Amino acid sequence: MKVWLSAAGVFAGLFVLNGVFMGSLVPGLAMPPYLLQVLCLAGINITLAVSLNLINGFTGQFSIGHAGFMAIGAYASAYFTVTFGQALRSALGFLPPFARDNVVLLVALTIGAVLAAIAGFFVGVPSLRLRGDYLAIVTLGFGEIIRVFILNIDAVGGARGYSGIPKLANFFWIYAFAGLTILVVYRIVHSSFGRTLVAIREDEIAAEAMGVHTTRAKVIAFVVSSALAGVAGGLFAHYLMYVHTNSFTFLRSFEIIIMVVIGGLGSISGSVLGAVLFISLTEGLREFAQYRMVLFSLLLIVLMIVRPQGILGHKEFVTFLTKRRRSIGAAPGTTGNA
Amino acid sequence: MTTFLQQLVNGLSLGSIYALIALGYTMVYGVLRLINFAHGDVYMIGAYVGYYLSRRLQGREPSLTSAILVMLGSMIACALLGVLIERLAYRPVRREARLTLLITAIGVSLFIENVAQLVFGPDPRFFPSLAPRADFRVAGVRLTSEQVTVIAVSVLLMILLRLFIMKTRTGKAMRAVSFSLDAAKLMGISTDWIISVTFALGSALAAAAGVLIGMQIPKIDPLMGIMYGLKAFVAAVLGGIGSIPGAVLGGLLIGTSEVMVVGYLSSTYREAIAFAILILVLILRPQGLLGRVHKEKV
Repeated sequence: MKVWLSAAGVFAGLFVLNGVFMGSLVPGLAMPPYLLQVLCLAGINITLAVSLNLINGFTGQFSIGHAGFMAIGAYASAYFTVTFGQALRSALGFLPPFARDNVVLLVALTIGAVLAAIAGFFVGVPSLRLRGDYLAIVTLGFGEIIRVFILNIDAVGGARGYSGIPKLANFFWIYAFAGLTILVVYRIVHSSFGRTLVAIREDEIAAEAMGVHTTRAKVIAFVVSSALAGVAGGLFAHYLMYVHTNSFTFLRSFEIIIMVVIGGLGSISGSVLGAVLFISLTEGLREFAQYRMVLFSLLLIVLMIVRPQGILGHKEFVTFLTKRRRSIGAAPGTTGNA
Repeated sequence: MTTFLQQLVNGLSLGSIYALIALGYTMVYGVLRLINFAHGDVYMIGAYVGYYLSRRLQGREPSLTSAILVMLGSMIACALLGVLIERLAYRPVRREARLTLLITAIGVSLFIENVAQLVFGPDPRFFPSLAPRADFRVAGVRLTSEQVTVIAVSVLLMILLRLFIMKTRTGKAMRAVSFSLDAAKLMGISTDWIISVTFALGSALAAAAGVLIGMQIPKIDPLMGIMYGLKAFVAAVLGGIGSIPGAVLGGLLIGTSEVMVVGYLSSTYREAIAFAILILVLILRPQGLLGRVHKEKV
């Protein structure tokens, strides 16, 4: 109950913040458009990083195709809005105008999420039956295939990119979904199913011996993660009003991985921190754009050698500061009493 | 029929390239249980080293000597690079979780790609021709001298590798390490040295593949290693990861099926076929064609 109350509080706060940033609530306090856009992209990255962490961090299966699921979500939801958005809007004539747009956005995002989840299921089932490394290759390959596939669909613009998407997403929706993603992942991780996932990460054979249906658990986690990536893609499309397959290359997947790994595999607040750090560094180093990825890849290697568990490790931010309570799924023998 | 034979020849020459790269994947996986993501990029570096060396030698007439010089130079340079990567990046994390090793490999791969884009420039380069060209006709099938070279050099290198692994002491030690690293260590084998040798050999083969592809498709760019690397990895999985004959068989099969798909269906599916094969293998025969099932023990 407490969680839902605080969630409602967060949503109300976001609504007010959205009004302030857009300049409609307090005149003269509007945020500069560039900063607002960076902030919104950071929100989308938080959604991506936290959702990827569910499979990469908590379940210990390594997916490198998150951009592929993001692309499915982006294109599917954008296609829906462009093609059927107007019809749905007139069918919803009984609602006030701004509510109509939001309903269209929510329906579009749902479609994107469902399609991404279905894709996640078909990618996950064959590769998750086997050990972790295969998932890495299959997802990397799948991400590229889906991109090439979309590039050849003329109905969504093909190589020209898909333009003419109405701007339905804003600060409020992006952060509402970032919050929702954090909530969903938090609730999963702190459920008995979440313990199952952590058990798989720590020792798959032992988990199986304890009666865990490992493939089933891994596929469920993977499908949830893909669906959330689809939502992030939908928000991305409806925020920038234009998508191109170049935004969804494996480099995007690697960026998300870097965010997750820097923050700490298996730490939700770590992923948020990683996403914010990544965006800040990217925007801060804009003049040195060509050295950026060199720096990030070097950072990744050095981090793996010096501190392989990432900045926060398996811990959440609060436990990281106090270091007293045992965080979920800390490596056995490294933490105190439960 | 002639068309089919022609496609088969084209497929075999592309497949030899995949096979050479796949050998490196499978050997490293054998000793470290690591998907060496940077392997495709070592292949790219091999192509670039070959490019710069042949530019150096361009004053001379294209001849067999200069071709061999370019090939050997590139192989030595990449062998050193492979050893360096293992020393600096993989060795410090070898005892950590396998995921850590995998992330390090991804980091190394990204690092090489981005440094290569800075150093070589992002635009494709055109590989100068190394040897005099000629076309042969056998039973209506056109064989370019490049294709013949590619197939001949690959076969030669694979035979040499086979001899090395089966007949020498170091090769025997390599087999022991890939059977069980810990047991090999207990038997007094210097596993660090063997792992370095494995990386050197695999990288040299990848460099050879890079120079050969430069001769065949005279266009190289800093990101060329990604797709070739991925497909070669699929080839290694198809043949049975850890199995050396499997890598060769897998490479030839992937190359041939790719060329057949482009020839008979559509070039759109070019990139997709390898992954379709991978997913089928994972469902039907996860240990690969020639691989053995390893029971995981606690």
